[in-house]
Amino acid sequence: MSTVTMTTRGDAFAALGRERLESALKAVVGPVAGFALFVLVWQVVAMRIPEIPTPGVTWHAAVELFSDPFYDNGPNDKGIGWNLLASLERVAIGFGLAALVGIPVGFAIGRYAAVRAMFSPIVSLLRPVSPLAWLPLGLLLFKAANPAAIWAIFICSIWPMIINTAVGVSRVPQDYLNVARVLNLSEWKVTTKVLLPAVLPYMLTGVRLSIGTAWLVIVAAEMLTGGTGIGFWLWDEWNNLKVEHIVIAIFVIGIVGLLLETLLVALARRFTYTEE
Amino acid sequence: MKKFVRIERVGQTFDTRKGAFVALRDIDLTVEQGEFITLIGHSGCGKSTLLNLIAGLTRPTSGVLLCAEREITGPGPDRAVVFQNHSLLPWLTCFQNVHLAVERVFGATEKRAQLAERTRAALDLVGLLPAQNKLPREISGGMKQRVGIARALAIEPGVLLMDEPFGALDALTRAHLQDELLKIVAKTRTTTIMVTHDVDEAVLLSDRIVMLTNGPAATIGEILPVPLSRPRDRVRLANDPTYLACRAGVVDFLHRRHGNPERSQAAAPANAVLSVVPAPLEEAAAAARAAA
Repeated sequence: MSTVTMTTRGDAFAALGRERLESALKAVVGPVAGFALFVLVWQVVAMRIPEIPTPGVTWHAAVELFSDPFYDNGPNDKGIGWNLLASLERVAIGFGLAALVGIPVGFAIGRYAAVRAMFSPIVSLLRPVSPLAWLPLGLLLFKAANPAAIWAIFICSIWPMIINTAVGVSRVPQDYLNVARVLNLSEWKVTTKVLLPAVLPYMLTGVRLSIGTAWLVIVAAEMLTGGTGIGFWLWDEWNNLKVEHIVIAIFVIGIVGLLLETLLVALARRFTYTEE
Repeated sequence: MKKFVRIERVGQTFDTRKGAFVALRDIDLTVEQGEFITLIGHSGCGKSTLLNLIAGLTRPTSGVLLCAEREITGPGPDRAVVFQNHSLLPWLTCFQNVHLAVERVFGATEKRAQLAERTRAALDLVGLLPAQNKLPREISGGMKQRVGIARALAIEPGVLLMDEPFGALDALTRAHLQDELLKIVAKTRTTTIMVTHDVDEAVLLSDRIVMLTNGPAATIGEILPVPLSRPRDRVRLANDPTYLACRAGVVDFLHRRHGNPERSQAAAPANAVLSVVPAPLEEAAAAARAAA
């Protein structure tokens, strides 16, 4: 009797395992096929145009590059790891400052009509400007390349944070505010227990949009300012005519951007409440 | 019996894009302590507007509202509100939702353990102590509404205001919650004012049923006392002559004398004329007195 149940249960597990394997296969097949096609086209193009490195050459260069990512031969010759970390540090600082300023400003714009009337035209006017247009002002203000690059990140990150926070605050359901009103909650409690949790998903959307642009902008800003950073490194390798390194930089930038985005999506999911 | 809530000559006018809209006029109502009052009327008759006025969420354009002999100037913990759509904060557990209210009212005078005890007692009153650590999305609609009631009762309000609390629930859950509410109110002796559009609910629960005329410019058309003894049992009342008479009275008011404004346009003008006439006459008399 017991052996019978054991085997049926075992079969069920096996079936479940097979199903999982099948769905996993299905999920993998598409991307793998896409990559294979991509590499194939790349190989063909590289064979036609000799300046473009083939996938094989690029792969070998990447293996070599990543075997020692953290060497340091003076200010203009550092490993790709150092450059990547320098870029991430700039993004983190600029981004953090933008959150520090942008989220309270967004809160004020969303909560008080007078503040909204004053600032929303300014935000609308400045938002479409490329952050790189602010770079000279940063150089002028800080007289150094590194803070200027951080400044550009700050400027590009702050708009989505302000706008999304403000939208979130203005969309807090009236029901929740009514609860706050009938319970006579203090402004502090309203902010921490009602507004902040209700606005958090919007805020995290703003943060996610910001990190995307910040990562786009840092590469361009570092090309202009020089020093260290993945953008500078890419430009430096162009000056050295190491085209395979440029291709590697493109992939690295893409992968890091994807990781940042995934991280923030996971964070947003963790803090987003669901109504039903 | 003490007169607990007094509403005197209250009117409410809203400014809309099309001009002033008179929602309520000449509302006079006195509610005694421990009384259960329902406000009934067709949708758009301003019964929720009246409840919001008592809650202090809106201020009247004219007249005055008093609770325990003090003018109502805003929301306060002496008047708890249960909303139609439960309005629990979705990021807080049932316990936390109730605790938020308890903390606000008793936080200054009581210790943390006492606050937690009050919160648990309120949840126990509605039979939801086992679900105290669940989030609102993890419990059913009826349970959510019970948490809403627990939150309202936990602050020991003088008046419990309920805005169609069971309107969004299915008939069986609604009946179950009505029975529970009867028991709870019998236990706590809380003065209750409840908005409803359900005739049976009104008769089963109320001491008096306040029937509102159709809007715009709605007012109290009739107040029907329900002389049924408590505790009330819905099964036994089903064929009770007093129950049936009360029920017939409300149905008659709602469907014959003040028919649904959207369906019977023909019947409305006659009623409107009848109910509107006294006001201008009174105004004329007042003007005459002033002139003299």
